[in-house]
Amino acid sequence: MAKRTPLYDKHVALGGKIVEFAGYDLPVQYSGVIAEHNAVRNAVGLFDVSHMGELLIMGEKAEEALNAILTNDIRGMYDGQVRYSLLPNEKGGAVDDILVYREAWDKFWFVVNGANVEKDAEWVSTHLPEYVHFENLSDAIGQIAVQGPNALALIENLVDGDNIPMKNYSFKWNVKIGGICTYLSRTGYTGEDGFEVYCKAEDTTALYDVLLEAGKDLGVIPCGLGARDTLRLEASMPLYGHELGDDIPVNEVGLGFAIKMAKDDFIGKTALENHTPEYVRLGAKVVGKGIVREHCDVYAGDEKVGVSTSGTHCPTLGYPVCMLRVKKEFKDEKLFADVRGRRIELEVVPMPFYKRNKQ
Amino acid sequence: MAKFTKTHEWAELDETVTMGISKYAADELGDIVYISLPEVGQAVVAGEPMCEVESVKAVSEINAPVTGTVVEVNTDLEDSPELINEDAMSAWICKIEATDIPADLMTEAEYDAMDK
Repeated sequence: MAKRTPLYDKHVALGGKIVEFAGYDLPVQYSGVIAEHNAVRNAVGLFDVSHMGELLIMGEKAEEALNAILTNDIRGMYDGQVRYSLLPNEKGGAVDDILVYREAWDKFWFVVNGANVEKDAEWVSTHLPEYVHFENLSDAIGQIAVQGPNALALIENLVDGDNIPMKNYSFKWNVKIGGICTYLSRTGYTGEDGFEVYCKAEDTTALYDVLLEAGKDLGVIPCGLGARDTLRLEASMPLYGHELGDDIPVNEVGLGFAIKMAKDDFIGKTALENHTPEYVRLGAKVVGKGIVREHCDVYAGDEKVGVSTSGTHCPTLGYPVCMLRVKKEFKDEKLFADVRGRRIELEVVPMPFYKRNKQ
Repeated sequence: MAKFTKTHEWAELDETVTMGISKYAADELGDIVYISLPEVGQAVVAGEPMCEVESVKAVSEINAPVTGTVVEVNTDLEDSPELINEDAMSAWICKIEATDIPADLMTEAEYDAMDK
């Protein structure tokens, strides 16, 4: 049976349509995917992301130990900084993609994908030296994402300016929101400005109510997994299990900014050094009629040259797009997707598909 | 009066059969963003897939409620598939010249009472 987040009863009460995702019963939508998507692009939306995992790593040599299991270089981060990284396996594939939070020079958090919590906890604990403290606190922590151009105004209704992380990819801890102790992070998975708020599992419902109330004049609505997927797709953010996986070398997915080959040895480094990328991640607009979702074969002429890894109709763009994993020598060719026997024309376009206007 | 299939299509049984999908089906699919209409002249078989409708979340097959030949399609849906979400019972998909009408089509009351 699927697990439930602390907000399950809230989702049901708010009319959420529940589906199983990452082993959890979560709402795919409340009012509708397009309405929720638009709320995040134009106002602000709340997402229950309590299914995501939080791993705590502490110790004098934590930084050095973590640097040996991550592709990114986490040396030189400041307290309150967040950095994206891949968690590589020995073959150069990805165990997961994660956010690394540095709370103190000897205290770090990994925020990991919900579907991978157990796998990651096992992987990280067995690949860290014994003198580093490791703890999987995923079940004890709830998380709510507050995303959209009005997210800052919503948080400002609740938190003093001094306690709001102003830089993208930064966070503050011990931030009181409606009396609840939180970690307040300027991060997200939607392509908009926004926050991810962490709290004790038992405080999640109260926190949700406080956030919903504080945003009622700002157009806040509850949003589900459907909108989360269309938003991240428009922003061209990879999703583990789609663009990333155990068997996909991480140097084939366009995430070079998070792979520091020049740093000291890390898991998978040798494999990556010896692997010349064969595939690239491409973004494509669907020119032909129809929707191209994941797992469609991609052709250049009669030759099968790759697959689609994600795709659907994009509400803000007004047309469908998809992400592709294609042999790199075909990246400039005319490509087609095979959708249940029908050939649909694609046009490769630069990513991200959608980029917000920054004030 | 429209009749209904177990697979959530409606059919208005006039000289030609006008068909679409039920409000329940439209609500379950969510925001419909694309429909591949059948072609005029296409032969269809009752209970078998005839065309596809796509929401943001998923693709779903639409079955023919009767056996026959498609004689007209609602091309308005090509540009505005959301009409199905707005009013599923008036957003007809196609008209079929029927050669066989299954006996197990349901009345609206029977369909509403069906365990979905």
